[in-house]
Amino acid sequence: MSASSISLGTTATAAALAVDDLQVVYTVRGIDRAVLRGVSFSVAPGEAYGLVGESGCGKSTTAYAALRYLPRNGKIVGGSVHVAGRDVTSMSTAELQEFRAREASMVYQDPAQAMNPTIKVGKQVIESFTLLGQSKEQAAASAMVALRKVRIADPTRVMDRYPFQLSGGMQQRVVIAMALACNPKLLVLDEPTTGLDATVEAEVLDLVRVLRQETDAAVLMIAHNLGIIRQLCDRVGVMYAGKVVEEGPSAQVFDDPQHPYTVGLLRSLPRRGVRKTEQALSTIPGILPLIGSDLPTCVFVDRCPLADETCRTVVPPVVPVGINGDRYTRCHHSDRIIEVEETKPGVDITLLAPAEGQPDVLELSHVSKTFKQRNHAVPALVDVELGLAEGETLGIVGESGSGKSTLAKTMLGIESADSGGVVSLDGRAVAAATGGRSAEDKRSMQMVFQNPDSALNRAWSVRRILMRSVEKLTGIKGEEANKRVETLAAHLRLTPRHLDLKPRQLSGGLKQRVAIARAFAGDPKIVVCDEPTSALDVSVQAAILNLLADLQSEQRTSYVFITHDMGVVRYLADRIAVMYLGRIQEVGPTDDVFHGPNHPYTEALLSAIPSVDGEEKVRIRLDGEIPSPANPPSGCVFHPRCPRVMMGICDVTEPPLAEVSPGHAMRCHIPVEQLIELQRKPV
Amino acid sequence: MRRFILQRLASIVVTLWLLATIVFMLVNVLPGNVGRQILGPFAPQVEVDAFNARLGTDKPLLEQYFQSIKRIFTLDFGDSYQSGSDVLDIILPALGRSGKLALLAFIITIPISIAAGVYAARRQDKFADRVIVNAGLASSSIPEFVTAALLLSVFAVHWKLGKAFANPPEGTSLIGQLEYLLLPALAMVFAYFGYIARMTRAGVISSLMADYTRTATMKGLSSKQVMRRHVLRNALAPTITVISVQIGYLIGGIIGVEKVFNYAGLGSTMLSAVGAKDIPVLQGAVLLVGIVYMLSTLLADLLIAYLNPRVRLEAKR
Repeated sequence: MSASSISLGTTATAAALAVDDLQVVYTVRGIDRAVLRGVSFSVAPGEAYGLVGESGCGKSTTAYAALRYLPRNGKIVGGSVHVAGRDVTSMSTAELQEFRAREASMVYQDPAQAMNPTIKVGKQVIESFTLLGQSKEQAAASAMVALRKVRIADPTRVMDRYPFQLSGGMQQRVVIAMALACNPKLLVLDEPTTGLDATVEAEVLDLVRVLRQETDAAVLMIAHNLGIIRQLCDRVGVMYAGKVVEEGPSAQVFDDPQHPYTVGLLRSLPRRGVRKTEQALSTIPGILPLIGSDLPTCVFVDRCPLADETCRTVVPPVVPVGINGDRYTRCHHSDRIIEVEETKPGVDITLLAPAEGQPDVLELSHVSKTFKQRNHAVPALVDVELGLAEGETLGIVGESGSGKSTLAKTMLGIESADSGGVVSLDGRAVAAATGGRSAEDKRSMQMVFQNPDSALNRAWSVRRILMRSVEKLTGIKGEEANKRVETLAAHLRLTPRHLDLKPRQLSGGLKQRVAIARAFAGDPKIVVCDEPTSALDVSVQAAILNLLADLQSEQRTSYVFITHDMGVVRYLADRIAVMYLGRIQEVGPTDDVFHGPNHPYTEALLSAIPSVDGEEKVRIRLDGEIPSPANPPSGCVFHPRCPRVMMGICDVTEPPLAEVSPGHAMRCHIPVEQLIELQRKPV
Repeated sequence: MRRFILQRLASIVVTLWLLATIVFMLVNVLPGNVGRQILGPFAPQVEVDAFNARLGTDKPLLEQYFQSIKRIFTLDFGDSYQSGSDVLDIILPALGRSGKLALLAFIITIPISIAAGVYAARRQDKFADRVIVNAGLASSSIPEFVTAALLLSVFAVHWKLGKAFANPPEGTSLIGQLEYLLLPALAMVFAYFGYIARMTRAGVISSLMADYTRTATMKGLSSKQVMRRHVLRNALAPTITVISVQIGYLIGGIIGVEKVFNYAGLGSTMLSAVGAKDIPVLQGAVLLVGIVYMLSTLLADLLIAYLNPRVRLEAKR
């Protein structure tokens, strides 16, 4: 294929990894279905190459095929993979083993699962070295060195632990140490930080960046987070339906995309501080073709706004972009990229503006929640004060264990607040537990969950799922309820055809629409959304966020939006509350929170976001781990990790949540003037 | 860990007490008079009363209950109503015989079925796997007394291989006893092979699909090393639980097999005690089975704790 000749000036022999016209099929019910339709790229020694694209595009299959680790029903049917000049596709089992032991390594998503839960960490790391022929003693010494290399301060202690006794960041360090044991020529990173908290993610990425300078391994990185790829990779390949549709230096591709798919992908991200009132997110119409679909010409033709007759009849050529010969796009119309439709304006700002002087629809006053665990009191929420106006979106951010979900459940009454705390709806205190609330109160507050797969009854049709919610929440029955279901579905952009399908017959985005429709079945006043888009691809996420914004402007619904994605929360939320260890550390209007001054924790959280726009930020490192809520630190709970801690004060008394400007409050002993000063210049 | 074991032993004591209570209640809701039952319908009432007085079965129920509870904890179950000999002298030899049979059955079943399960898992959905899964299903869905009768008629009667009576004569050597026990043991093997093999297969398959197995493979370990060092230890926990539950069941529950081969195991002893309303024997046997059952589950939990550090460390806290 011509693609590899256009890629960077590395030839198959010099490249650490050369993938040429790779074709992989999965056998499903006896039929071979194409997953990779001729993937070509190469990675030079010391270079980092990123593969991006939405789920199902084949990026992980490509990575696993490079190490010839395919699922049982997958096979390579064409093309070649060379690592350090050796053909991986033709290796014998023994050669492959040797190759994996000495030449190539992998780091995985979800480090907690990637290590054997029944074997001590030390033994697992040592195993990587004994495989290279080292004696037990040598290997033990090497393991110590390897763990130190990944910045583990106390390797002896870590080696004596079991994987589940380590934190997520620590686990991933150990997995990286094992991967680097053989000093590999090729290192594959498969979503290495997905599922880790923002500050831990930043820590792992920092480590990868430093280690890259210490080894000359070629890095192949898979990530759905474009910001991470931009930060870490020299070049990026954008995949769609089993083909690389665009390739080039990361910064150039992300700043000036030259394929309609890349353009669509980037536009569907909430970026550059855009808000829902300014602009709707753009989406990519249609859905990803199924594996094995017949795509004889351009793979993107069915969803492309520029597609014409040529695109349907002629295979798009590899079109070089720029004059350096390091970029290409597979598009007939790369000269017309600019025509890809601009995004629509956002929702009407006047409809969204929270009503002035109106009482809040939801109010929490002194709400705490303490769990009992083995006779220990574990405070999961401590003295939360929050208000939510009609038509307002309150974003709640914080790392895992910060109490976000407990807060949502306490609002809904799924968990009852400790006595002394009051949850009020429309200014009227309601029972702490759902069971004690009236049907009307239950109807007015609904929830959308993270994973629509487990939130919807798999045995029921969409119609039945929605019918039940309508009947339960509104008391309407029979034909009238059915009418209401149809109106509801139309509102959520579901077609009548969808109503008679089962959830498993729907895509992830459609399922989440059904889950949202379910929540809206009784015209709720408040909808609590717990990470509703984090399991979805960005173009689908964009559609869901648009939908939520539209519903809100039509019905003046208030949202409580829990997320770890700062881009999403910035786009959708009017106000943001930042939680740490069950306490609200900072709360304020979205712009104030993003512009500062900030609580030092918020500051660290904001600095940890890898930006797809490549803005330079000074990362604030947080030392240590999030303390256990069962045993919170004295004084300000953040003080042991705070880079701006003032010992003698911060470790003694807990600061109150104090207003620094109208509506913007934080828990910090440092005077606001000083914070502004500190946060203006890098630490 | 020590605390964990002590807690478990304490819960065994409580369970035994519950078990004894249930047995006592069951026995006493059965109609009939013990003395009458044993001495027959033609015995004079005076003798029946005297008999009952000797046994204590004429005392108020509550007193009888305390008596029976006391017996458990002093391990003195009294004398059999039927034969008059010490209950322990009846049930302990029966336990020994049942244990011998169960042990032989396990020695044959466990290696075969675990090996078959692992083999099937490695060839998931291929021909060999289908054969093992279906053969296992078939063998465990046939009741063991049917298998026992079949084995008896085919091997012992038709081909004259093995013995139709499992009770070896006094003084038979340990090896000699094997000949007697082999056929009933095989009947049990058939009953449990499928169960254990399928359990093993499921455990190995989920362990093979686990991320840590992928890590091990990608490290460059051979598939044998991956299996031995990383898969088996994680895969066998459910199998161990199943086996341990079966131990208790095998000791006390294989009445069908015992009957077919006319073997005087614990099961047959219980059955005849029920028929004769021989409460001391019944109580002793049920409690004995209960103890075996609970000890084998405890053993399984300890084994699992040994294999799985997470369980072990959590128990420690």
